[in-house]
Amino acid sequence: MRASPILLGLAVLACAFASAGCRQDMHDQPKLRGMRGSAFFADGRGVRPTVPGTVARGRLNEDELLYTGKVDGKLADVFPFEITRKDLERGRERFGIYCTPCHDQTGSGGGMIVQRGMKRPPSYHIQRLRDQPPGYFFDVMTNGFGAMFDVSDRVKPEDRWRIAAYIRVLQLSQNGTLADVPPAERTKLEAAQ
Amino acid sequence: MAQLFHRSFNTLSKASIVVGGLVAATALTLVATANTTSWTTYVGVARDQTPPFSHKHHVAGLGIDCRFCHVTVEESGFAGIPATKVCMTCHSQVWVDAPILEPVRASYRTDKSVEWLRVHDLPDFVYFDHSVHVAKGVGCSTCHGQVDKMPLMWRENTLNMGWCLSCHRDPAKFVRPKDKVFDMSWTPPGDQHEQGEKLVLENHITSKTNCGVCHR
Repeated sequence: MRASPILLGLAVLACAFASAGCRQDMHDQPKLRGMRGSAFFADGRGVRPTVPGTVARGRLNEDELLYTGKVDGKLADVFPFEITRKDLERGRERFGIYCTPCHDQTGSGGGMIVQRGMKRPPSYHIQRLRDQPPGYFFDVMTNGFGAMFDVSDRVKPEDRWRIAAYIRVLQLSQNGTLADVPPAERTKLEAAQ
Repeated sequence: MAQLFHRSFNTLSKASIVVGGLVAATALTLVATANTTSWTTYVGVARDQTPPFSHKHHVAGLGIDCRFCHVTVEESGFAGIPATKVCMTCHSQVWVDAPILEPVRASYRTDKSVEWLRVHDLPDFVYFDHSVHVAKGVGCSTCHGQVDKMPLMWRENTLNMGWCLSCHRDPAKFVRPKDKVFDMSWTPPGDQHEQGEKLVLENHITSKTNCGVCHR
């Protein structure tokens, strides 16, 4: 005897839904990826925190200047590598991402988060900060200062130096005189006055 | 012996061929349709989070760059979910008493992770890499939509394979200049395809369509 059409139809439907339903096993495999949680570890983290004191291969960070901003324990007045225009541009980009929310585009300290209640940071253009060596800015980025958290886990040392260099640019920009302008551009400025 | 089947079964058996076919076709259509609706793709379905993080507020309202939180997007396959410390960069000072932020403060106090619901969750047999897409000029909003207008996050696209291939087969339709990748306000110019083809050449975009690129 043949199967009735209704039974047949139900069987087809069942197959169709079963094939749609069983797919999740390969979609959600019991492996760790990205920051996925894990039921295996007590803290529920798939991303394992490093054991204190762990040094990754090639990350001994022996270079005192590059990684601490200091030379013989004193804040460095030099950069650990030559700063080119490319470095400054990278510095400007990184400054725009990580610093401007509080320090604003000019570095005067009136960023959007400050307008929303964050403690106002000092302007880069006050004399105290104009007198600080680049190692000071590197140190603040690396270890934090006052209400400011450090950004060392998000901004690599090289980029922190580039930001420090760009802060120098900002400081120069706010204190330029007409004599700093190349002669060709100067006439344009004077014409605009 | 009497006949096993009544005469009417002649008609029924013929009809069953048609009806059976129809039932099968309907079932298949149903399943195929279900797989394209937001019931399975979650496209356009705002997902609840604890705490209810608003990209709209942080991106459009405050002007925070994507990379402030999604730190590894330029150098790793995974864009990264920010550590609680990143939230506390501002929220140790701003909105410190807001009950809505208690899960974040609790996480910071106890060193227990905040459990976020992953909105853009690819199947585990797909290996997508953010860094190469970002480096070649595929903007955030091309795949994630106008995140700056999403109070709660939702999927703008299905993330299914056909959708991936629509770009991999012709990236010129979507690529943008590298300096506009993180720009949420960028919209394709009128001559997008022409501009895109130039960018494909300039930036050596060789989007592959063989299986092993995404499936290993």
